[in-house]
Amino acid sequence: MTATEPQAETDERPIGFGRLLRKEDPRLIRGMGNFVDDIQLPGMLHLAILRSPMAHARIVSIDKSAAEAHPKVVAVITGEDLAAQGLAWMPTLSNDVQAVLATDKVRFQHQEVAFVVAEDRYSARDALELIIVDYEWIDPVIDVRKAMDADTPVIRDDLDDKTDNHIFDWETGDAAETEAIFASADVVVSEEIIYPRVHPAPMETCGCVADVERVSGQLTLWSTTQAPHAHRTVYALVAGLPEHKIRVIAPDIGGGFGNKVPIYPGYVCAIVASLVIGKPVKWMEDRTENLVSTGFARDYVMQGEIAATKEGKILAVRTNVLADHGAFNGVAAPVKYPAGFFGVFTGSYDLEAAYCKMQAVYTNKAPGGVAYACSFRITEAVYLVERIVDCLAYELDMDPAELRLKNFIQPDQFPYETKTGWVYDSGDYEPAMRKAMEMAGYDELRREQAEKREKGELMGIGLAFFTEAVGAGPRKDMDILGLGMADGCELRIHPTGKAVVRLSVKTQGQGHETTFAQIVAEEIGIPPEDIEVIHGDTDNTPFGLGTYGSRSTPVSGAAAALVTRKVRDKAQIIASGMLEVSVADLEWNKGSFSVKGDPEKSVTIQDIAMKAHGAGDLPDGIEGGLEAQICYNPENLTYPFGAYICVVDIDPGTAVVKVRRFIAVDDCGTQINPMIIEGQVHGGLADGVGMAMMEMISFDEDGNCLGGSLMDYLIPTALETPDWETGHTVTPSPHHPIGAKGIGESATVGSPPAVVNAIVDALKPYGIRHADMPLTPSRVWETMQGNHTPPI
Amino acid sequence: MTDTPTPALRVDPGGRIGVSMTVNGTAISTDVEVRRTLADVLRDDLDLTGTHVGCEHGVCGACTVAVDGQPVRACLLLAVQVDGTEITTIEGLANPDGSLGPLQQAFHDAHGFQCAFCAPGVLITTASLLETNPTPTRDEIKAELSGNLCRCTGYHSIIESVETAVRLTAAGAKSTDGGDEEASNA
Repeated sequence: MTATEPQAETDERPIGFGRLLRKEDPRLIRGMGNFVDDIQLPGMLHLAILRSPMAHARIVSIDKSAAEAHPKVVAVITGEDLAAQGLAWMPTLSNDVQAVLATDKVRFQHQEVAFVVAEDRYSARDALELIIVDYEWIDPVIDVRKAMDADTPVIRDDLDDKTDNHIFDWETGDAAETEAIFASADVVVSEEIIYPRVHPAPMETCGCVADVERVSGQLTLWSTTQAPHAHRTVYALVAGLPEHKIRVIAPDIGGGFGNKVPIYPGYVCAIVASLVIGKPVKWMEDRTENLVSTGFARDYVMQGEIAATKEGKILAVRTNVLADHGAFNGVAAPVKYPAGFFGVFTGSYDLEAAYCKMQAVYTNKAPGGVAYACSFRITEAVYLVERIVDCLAYELDMDPAELRLKNFIQPDQFPYETKTGWVYDSGDYEPAMRKAMEMAGYDELRREQAEKREKGELMGIGLAFFTEAVGAGPRKDMDILGLGMADGCELRIHPTGKAVVRLSVKTQGQGHETTFAQIVAEEIGIPPEDIEVIHGDTDNTPFGLGTYGSRSTPVSGAAAALVTRKVRDKAQIIASGMLEVSVADLEWNKGSFSVKGDPEKSVTIQDIAMKAHGAGDLPDGIEGGLEAQICYNPENLTYPFGAYICVVDIDPGTAVVKVRRFIAVDDCGTQINPMIIEGQVHGGLADGVGMAMMEMISFDEDGNCLGGSLMDYLIPTALETPDWETGHTVTPSPHHPIGAKGIGESATVGSPPAVVNAIVDALKPYGIRHADMPLTPSRVWETMQGNHTPPI
Repeated sequence: MTDTPTPALRVDPGGRIGVSMTVNGTAISTDVEVRRTLADVLRDDLDLTGTHVGCEHGVCGACTVAVDGQPVRACLLLAVQVDGTEITTIEGLANPDGSLGPLQQAFHDAHGFQCAFCAPGVLITTASLLETNPTPTRDEIKAELSGNLCRCTGYHSIIESVETAVRLTAAGAKSTDGGDEEASNA
């Protein structure tokens, strides 16, 4: 598409961008990785957490004497014990507080109540059974729609003067302007659209090993964290430990998807235990603990409205959202963005007005809210707009592709400021849409569908077009707990021309060790195999906010490119001395400088590296060494986009949905490693099939979590997922040094509406305009019978 | 069921029993607490941490190891149950010199894994499949791997990797017949 399209797709060992096989593979594929649970330290003890069986109850008493008497138990700690040290509560990433261990009452089922430290994991679990807790039942608040009712119990009576379950009200856009357009529009469509509670469920659960060295007071924490530096600062603030005495190491991580952004009570418990006992302590949660207590995602009840002309020009979108945040507001989002980046619910369309009003409430459910590759709530925003646009297409009896094409923001409108104040940096939507339609054979699919409908067969074609806002973010208005969302990067070229680059971000499987070596290689011409990528260790990397919200490439990738350019600038000065010409007379040939007009006179970056560290004079004012460090503050977010088409067949007799095909065209700007990009897209597409058709964390009326195992919380397997058909366009970001935009969450954002739109489209003969996820066979069946019920 | 009364459980849960097994070709005799799972014994006692524990209820498949050639969930099996068996873990799939084995090479070439937490189970399940069915169809591969959950790849690259392994193995067999040394190393 453009000059930045990778040239090296066929090159097996590109020096720079291209399909480079992963540097991290050799250890991981041989089982030689080093995950948190693989860590064994001499004298290490094991921690297990006692959790509440009830969703809402006062703690009357806790008798831990029998547990303490267990021969292999070293310590049993309750909330009261922690309170004595001022450690019973910790801050959440949204400036709320969360109980490390419950003191007064429990506020969700499986909340942390006490912990045991024992000589081995089995004994620690045994001893949990010996702790006797007397609870006094309180009616739980489970139905989010009733959370603000007058007679509802107040969940957060720990907060001063709290008399209801309200967390915040938030709005964006212009209410009056939007109302005026709605009042006079030809067509108005309204629909309640629910994005149920789901869970990232990475294959590796969360855990840590805490090791406090008694004499120096040094804490080393091996932890399943996507944000080691941010976590270190929070530990310093919570535990009162001096920050320079804390080292957080994120070793190999078995998937994150946002689940490993928050700080969980288990981490704090392990730190406290090691501090008190003076030995290393491991805490590794089991799968149930992961599903029932750690960062969930979504849980938005959205009333969506769209206004349009009868010809299909979309004029405005409006939404009223009820957000279930669980028992503690643990949302991980920039402070000024309590609803994350939900403000991009205007989608990829040129609107005249938009307005969103939101209320967030507490319920007796696990805390969290921003996770599962959601790009800070863009999953919810894109689902809302792409679903409501399809509802409009249904009402206008218009093809949903045609409706979208008619309303796209046009290329000459970029940078485009939306009606909710977001400045989309770049975009070229129609080619991506056309490409997806061409790959799908869209017109032929519609013909096939018409024929099948004649015969009573159910086939659906679903489209979704999304724009994301990723790469948070400019520090002028984005921070988490006061920490600006910039990222550092350090590059050192050793005398022999080998390099080490240190990142503040951290892979959980995305392949940073490969991608970042390629960024440096592209900029300085050192082969990627000669570049070591160090990350996930606060003692050995510069400060930065970590990997989530698809921010590694937009923020840290920019830092890596710019730090390399800084080193290259110095290398050019040294080269000018070596070649005895002025700096301006040199030209760069990806790996060497040569004299303009005399290419024979050249020095390689390796020659320069040796000179920088060697004997002899350097040009005036130039210090020895060849290294640099920077901190990159993005000037804007980046805005990846994509067009997705899903084709489904539904068995009219059983309501079983089969995803026949899925076509995904993504535009993440400049592509660093197309192979890794495809992998990121494939994974997100499977997420979309999972959420649309299988996944939901649900509760009974007493607050019992019904999704506490992988037999109850279903995630897609190789059988439910089709062969993904991927394509791309390239529209580089104008403000990113290499034009890259981020790809980590695009498919998770874009695929759920495509799948749901396909299923609803298949059910059109039944007069169905909308159906809520998860569209399991039973829920599809009920919908076909006219008995569709909201999932929450 | 017979009328024979069920014998009372005589084993103390904390008691230990001797277990002999061959793990990745090495004979091992060890003393294990009877209630310990095979996964824990492999990981904690034998330091074979390549086998991962993802759910401990037999669903995710990350802990899959081969017991006498059959893929089994090491989280659902007690170590005492494998006395006298031959066990292969992910560490046993590498070449004797430690380099990537042919199946592992295929997963590298086709970008099979991302976080690779599921890798031990996927590789062992695949190895067992290819033992009995060296040329599986795509649908057979999907069916066989449907008991191995992965959150990163959407399975596409895993299936492609297995097909790559099948191709490399076929090419290897062919070239062994024809004496093409380079391809047989693949």
